Amino acid sequence: MSTPSRVYFFGTCLIDMLYPNAGMAAITLLQREGLEVIFPQNQSCCGQPAFNSGYRDEALKVARSQLNLFNQDIPIVVPSASCGGMMLHHWPELFEGQPDHQQACDVATRVVEFADFLANTLQVNLHDKGEPTYIAVHHSCSAQREMNVASATDKLLAQLNEVTVERHQRPTECCGFGGTFAVKQPDISGAMVEAKTQAICATSAKSVISQDCGCLMNITGYAEKQQHDLKGQHIAEFLLERTS
Amino acid sequence: MNQQQAFERRIDEALHNAQLRQNFRSAMDGIRQRRAEQFPDEAQLQALREQVQSIRSYSLQNQADLLEKLEAKLTENGIQVHWAANPEEANGIIANILKAADAKTVVKGKSMVSEETELNHYLEEQGIEVIESDLGEYIIQLAKEPPSHIVAPAIHKNRVEVAELFQNFHPELPYTENIDELTETARVILREKFAKADAGISGVNFAVAETGTLCLVENEGNGRLSTTAPELHIAITGIEKVIDKLTDIPPLLEILTKSATGQPITTYFNMISRPRQEGELDGPKAVHLVLLDNGRSRIRWDDELLDTLRCIRCGACMNHCPVYVHVGGHAYGSVYPGPIGLALEPQRLGLDKAGSLTSACSLCGACGEVCPVKIPLPKIINRLRAETVNNQEASTVSGKGALRHVSEAWIWKLWSMSYSSPALHKFITWAGTRMSGLIPNKLGAWTHYRTRPTPAKRTLHELAKSAGIAND
Repeated sequence: MSTPSRVYFFGTCLIDMLYPNAGMAAITLLQREGLEVIFPQNQSCCGQPAFNSGYRDEALKVARSQLNLFNQDIPIVVPSASCGGMMLHHWPELFEGQPDHQQACDVATRVVEFADFLANTLQVNLHDKGEPTYIAVHHSCSAQREMNVASATDKLLAQLNEVTVERHQRPTECCGFGGTFAVKQPDISGAMVEAKTQAICATSAKSVISQDCGCLMNITGYAEKQQHDLKGQHIAEFLLERTS
Repeated sequence: MNQQQAFERRIDEALHNAQLRQNFRSAMDGIRQRRAEQFPDEAQLQALREQVQSIRSYSLQNQADLLEKLEAKLTENGIQVHWAANPEEANGIIANILKAADAKTVVKGKSMVSEETELNHYLEEQGIEVIESDLGEYIIQLAKEPPSHIVAPAIHKNRVEVAELFQNFHPELPYTENIDELTETARVILREKFAKADAGISGVNFAVAETGTLCLVENEGNGRLSTTAPELHIAITGIEKVIDKLTDIPPLLEILTKSATGQPITTYFNMISRPRQEGELDGPKAVHLVLLDNGRSRIRWDDELLDTLRCIRCGACMNHCPVYVHVGGHAYGSVYPGPIGLALEPQRLGLDKAGSLTSACSLCGACGEVCPVKIPLPKIINRLRAETVNNQEASTVSGKGALRHVSEAWIWKLWSMSYSSPALHKFITWAGTRMSGLIPNKLGAWTHYRTRPTPAKRTLHELAKSAGIAND
């Protein structure tokens, strides 16, 4: 992808309500690279919560309401590999046989995950201005296996001279969020987030960075309940903080 | 108790069994490591996956022809072929063969298809003694438990539990927790059974149509003994196990053993092509193959679900599943546990009987990543999940809509109405951020393990608007 001058920003429903600062940080970082950012105010959600719960008609209805918001032929930057994966990989499947299938596919192909866009399309240079710190990284399942963009986070963090990334024991295993899975199978999800959080807390990291706020909500929510000293931050917020 | 409640109860029991969880955790960590070591070169692994995927796909696409060819070749070789539409037929055929040969004792090699038909139980009811000869299978036969893993059936037990089990059943032998000594104990017990058994029963990993060869992959030599020592050998397998030609075997075998146990090759690989010939000193005098359908033909009718049948039963999907590692195989309550179980069992048994299984998945994709034949397991699981709540899906799977609850359906309807209408969405997110104090501190299942998520004071929509970010 050649470097564009304008991009759409799809904020995701979770960031909208719970982590808007992560969304604003991502927008600020894009603007800092000289891009014009467009945030269609009528956006809401990619439809994934319903899609992964089996309610495909409902997912389709919501996904369809997003299609006309992204008509310009410019990238759609999404600060979540999970939502990005839904749009890029599952919209074509969800719209199969629908009159707007082609439009959905066209929009889907322009979806790019935020860290991937920053690291690989923009190839940003980051200058760390923060104090020395130890962090852990949680690569979401979507970042690792669906979007193949986990390395983008590693690449960006490697540019921060004062940041040490602590390796933990279970880097590839799911944190147990899985959207409505956490509610449908609460005890299995609880066991999974316990294992993940314990692995992270066994390192000297005091904060965990991720490309996905769903995982962060899960891991830090568990850590807080267990009174572990662990904070979570979206990669965009962390990068902005370190480089401003 | 409905299927959902029963499933929840088994999950609850498993999660509260610390020993069981420790056994699975350490076993799965070890097996993942060993598998990874077998595939140091990512590009080579992907090339091999492509190759075996195409071999298996070809087999499935040409299954009818290949099965005909297989039957003709096997018959020519002197192996008798039987077709069974369902478990009852398969069990009946096998019992009749045994009765006709006046066989009273059977040694069995490992076979998941015989678990589908509950063959042991059936034969025992007919007065036939059945001894499982695979060490893991022998252990769970003593414990009167079903397999908890399709490759390592007793993986849920540690050596102390096995030692105690052996002590109970064989008090005449010295107690030991040493794995080599336990294996030796089993060997002594089983040797005698092999020597005296009237018949051997085994599964089949690959049935080669071109040559009429039944291939059996195993580590303990029990498969070889079960299929060669007794006078009579009966093999049972699913119809999808047929493959075209002998040259398909090396890549299949390589990826199977590496994916399953992280071994470059197994200790034994048996190729069974005919019964004992005139002038030969050993081998069974008669060999039979029972080919079981049991819902497989119905799965074939759907192009997407057909991929499920590519499975070569390596177990890599369950080894890498973050759900399986916590709950273990018995929690599923199905013959096939783990991701392949989530994909296969609802198709085999119907969503009304096994649809709940599809909830035991976070859609993390680990199974799809390691599957040697590239079955899109997450996609199939999510599709079946949709069919559990939607009875309009055009599909061959029975029991559609069995898990649809009116209240849940309404929640999603309301959600889709508000999230597809900018005005409603704006109101809801505005209210959610302004009145977050109204959200109860306890959100049921979520807050049992975690704190309540706190909505921000203003939404990203509002922040973006205030910052003057363009709307279009």
